[in-house]
Amino acid sequence: MSNKKILMTGNEAIAEGAIQAGCRFYAGYPITPQNEIPAYMSKRMPEVGGVFIQAESELGAINMVFGASAAGARAMTSSSSPGISLKQEGISYIAGAELPAVIVNIMRGGPGLGNIWPSQSDYFQATRGGGHGDYRCLVLAPFSVQEAYDFMFPAFTLADTYRIPVMILGDGIMGQMMEPLTRATGSKLQMINKPWALTGCKGRKPNIVKSFYMREGDLETANLSSQQKYRSIQKQEERYEAVGLEDAKVILVAYGTMGRICKGVVSGLRKKGKKIGLIRPITLWPFPNGVFKKLAARGRGAAFLAVEMSYGQMVEDVRLAVDGKLPVEFLGRAGGGVPTEEEIIKKLGRLK
Amino acid sequence: MAKITIDKERCKGCLLCISFCPKGLIKKSNKWNKRGSGFVEFQDNGECLACLKCALICPDCCIEVYK
Amino acid sequence: MNKIYARPRSLKEVNTHYCPGCGHSTVHRLIAEVIDELGIREKVIGVAPVGCAVIAYDYWDFDCSEAAHGRALAVATAIKRVRPQNIVFTYQGDGDLAAIGTNETIHAANRGENLTVIFINNAIYGMTGGQMAPTTLLGQKSATTPSGRKAEVHGYPLKISEMLASLPAVRFVERVSLVSPAEIMKTKRAIKEAFSNQMNNIGFSLVEVLSPCPTYWGVSPKESLTWIEELLAKEFPVGRIK
Repeated sequence: MSNKKILMTGNEAIAEGAIQAGCRFYAGYPITPQNEIPAYMSKRMPEVGGVFIQAESELGAINMVFGASAAGARAMTSSSSPGISLKQEGISYIAGAELPAVIVNIMRGGPGLGNIWPSQSDYFQATRGGGHGDYRCLVLAPFSVQEAYDFMFPAFTLADTYRIPVMILGDGIMGQMMEPLTRATGSKLQMINKPWALTGCKGRKPNIVKSFYMREGDLETANLSSQQKYRSIQKQEERYEAVGLEDAKVILVAYGTMGRICKGVVSGLRKKGKKIGLIRPITLWPFPNGVFKKLAARGRGAAFLAVEMSYGQMVEDVRLAVDGKLPVEFLGRAGGGVPTEEEIIKKLGRLK
Repeated sequence: MAKITIDKERCKGCLLCISFCPKGLIKKSNKWNKRGSGFVEFQDNGECLACLKCALICPDCCIEVYK
Repeated sequence: MNKIYARPRSLKEVNTHYCPGCGHSTVHRLIAEVIDELGIREKVIGVAPVGCAVIAYDYWDFDCSEAAHGRALAVATAIKRVRPQNIVFTYQGDGDLAAIGTNETIHAANRGENLTVIFINNAIYGMTGGQMAPTTLLGQKSATTPSGRKAEVHGYPLKISEMLASLPAVRFVERVSLVSPAEIMKTKRAIKEAFSNQMNNIGFSLVEVLSPCPTYWGVSPKESLTWIEELLAKEFPVGRIK
């Protein structure tokens, strides 16, 4: 892989990043606006000796990911909002069986069939479980085609290390937009040993992949072990980008495409001398609570404005992190609507 | 010369073996095993043919056959 | 004297939770015998269903995975595609394979995945308390057909094996039963062929086993075999379908 720049859509960057990060199994089903991912994988997987399956449905695909992962492969599926709803049972099983997997959601307008415009309306679904049971997905939110590519490396490594489903949360804008991309060399690739995988029991005791514990106390024990894992992740894996926090009076909080737009707002306003900052969560779970708690403890009277393509989902995590110590406001549009720079600047003006 | 052994602790008392033994050599015991289940017993009178019918029909693999 | 019949190596020395006379116990044993005779215990990966046999992996001594209800064939498809050198089989009941899992079943069969499928048809949902299955017979009472299955409300017993046999990529379909030692031997032979087919890359192979559920048919284990002979096997005839 050279360092030259190529033009790619966000969707294709995710697919190519996955291939470079060692993904060798992809199962998916067509749904707009992520169709470029299965199409790209259908060509690219055979080139690297991997497996591509267009499954019979999104829920067929997630169950195939379960199987491929159980057999030790780096496995991925992708979809968009309604299809991710279909996958929730499978994701719960993946979490319960402690399998690694990467699930890509290129969010679109909802609820129901909605439309094919972008949204950020699946934040709750991604970070609160979505499927049944006490489990978590590690959620990564890229904001550029470069990040969409780069994040696939930690996605598979974190999935394998912690044996957890990792979700890449994108949206229709990011999936479709084209930007220059520098592809990494293989040095970022980190393969993890999987002695628990199903490979045939030669030379060892048989392995069982399951999430079912009927003996009294066993399920609670398994859950406590997973909860311990989630606490480690919360301690070690928070990621975010921060701009201008040292002196900001108002801090925008936004991720993904809204993070991109807000970064532009901050940059523009800073040139005019306005003390605006930005926190762009990169991990949505674990939410980067640390930076918020530090700011709240500083007690310098900053305020937060959460901006989302939703009617208020991530803002709840901001409020939880700030714990009432500083004001938190919200601006959002959804159903395909995208908050513009002008709308954000107008809202900022009304806050003062 | 042939015989069978029946693992009475595994036996669930389904009685299928009794129906299929051509020599009628298996009988229901009037006792209970440790799991509280009725079980069956082999009556060795030297007539066992080792035909394997009891072992084949037994769902729970309780029967071993010797020849 | 020599021991000429004993528990197969691949079947763990564990008491099962199955009811007295349940067909699951028997078929678990036959599968274990076949795997031992073919010498593939260290290559096999089994996929368990949701149903009474949900903990089949506790009884077999080889690698196994669970699957969400109905999804065993999606799970198995992926395992086999990722590890074609392993022998991968699913073990599924009538609800798993022919109700909730119908889509996964038909499409794995249509893609001609090189898999072995053991389909346990006992015309009822045992684990959840005896509800109607796709293969429940007309007139058969169950927890959700208290007056008996009626064609105009519940549809007809589903002949999923015959449907799958119509797919060009499906290579082997046989229906067998457990009603006697002779029929059990035929079941074992069919299971062996279904596993050998995979080893020889022949393709999608399914064995449907008419299996007794004395508990929810409301009969004794001996009567349940008669129930199969006189009722179930009339609707679902045994024999080679493809």
